[in-house]
Amino acid sequence: MPASAPSPHERPARRDPGLQPERTRLAWRRTTLSCTVATVLAVRQALHRGVTPVSLAAVALCALVWLAFLAVAHRRTLALDTARPDRMRERGAATAVACAVCLAALGVALLF
Amino acid sequence: MPDMTGLRRTLHLWFAPRRVGEEGRTPDYRFSLANERTFLAWIRTALALVGGGFAVDQFLPHLRGWVRTALAVALLAVGALASLRAVNHWVRCERAMRRGEDLPASRFPTVLALVVGLLALCMLVVVVLGRGG
Repeated sequence: MPASAPSPHERPARRDPGLQPERTRLAWRRTTLSCTVATVLAVRQALHRGVTPVSLAAVALCALVWLAFLAVAHRRTLALDTARPDRMRERGAATAVACAVCLAALGVALLF
Repeated sequence: MPDMTGLRRTLHLWFAPRRVGEEGRTPDYRFSLANERTFLAWIRTALALVGGGFAVDQFLPHLRGWVRTALAVALLAVGALASLRAVNHWVRCERAMRRGEDLPASRFPTVLALVVGLLALCMLVVVVLGRGG
């Protein structure tokens, strides 16, 4: 359809012209990708010295961390799908941080 | 450096986070979203540092054991620190905006830049010396 006749069903002026919710959603997506890369490197590190019960436990922990981050990001992405989203909650922020700290702690543990 | 009252206030924020949403006035949602994106950018920085720690251990096998371990541990520790600081800074900015105060000044970015620069220099020297010797 040509853009000259906007239908009344489209959401018009309520949308933020600076596209802040969209930008924030994309920021969550970028961060999820970063978390995925870090997790993949962690899994690679865990399987570095062969498959043992300890390395499998480490891989399971990595999977858990990644799923936790994915859940937080997904919930926030859904919450951002409005014209005026609410602010991020402390629990979501803390979970995202806990994922990064867990990966770092796991990394230190796997070095020794 | 935070003084005693600052430290107590930070601890209070950590253990009673609900109260952040109660004091002051709710700022324009766009400011909160900008604060959130800054937080996410810091988390990505932290995750990149953590990934760098893994990469040092996995992709520099010719380094002597303890040098590699030291560099990896340093990067992982800096990554964990950066992520903890990210959430702390986010809460403090959110609270300052609600109260209409100035945003908190921080010397963390400068310190982080110096530490990362130093680590990069160390790595460069170690790798070049490793190739040469």
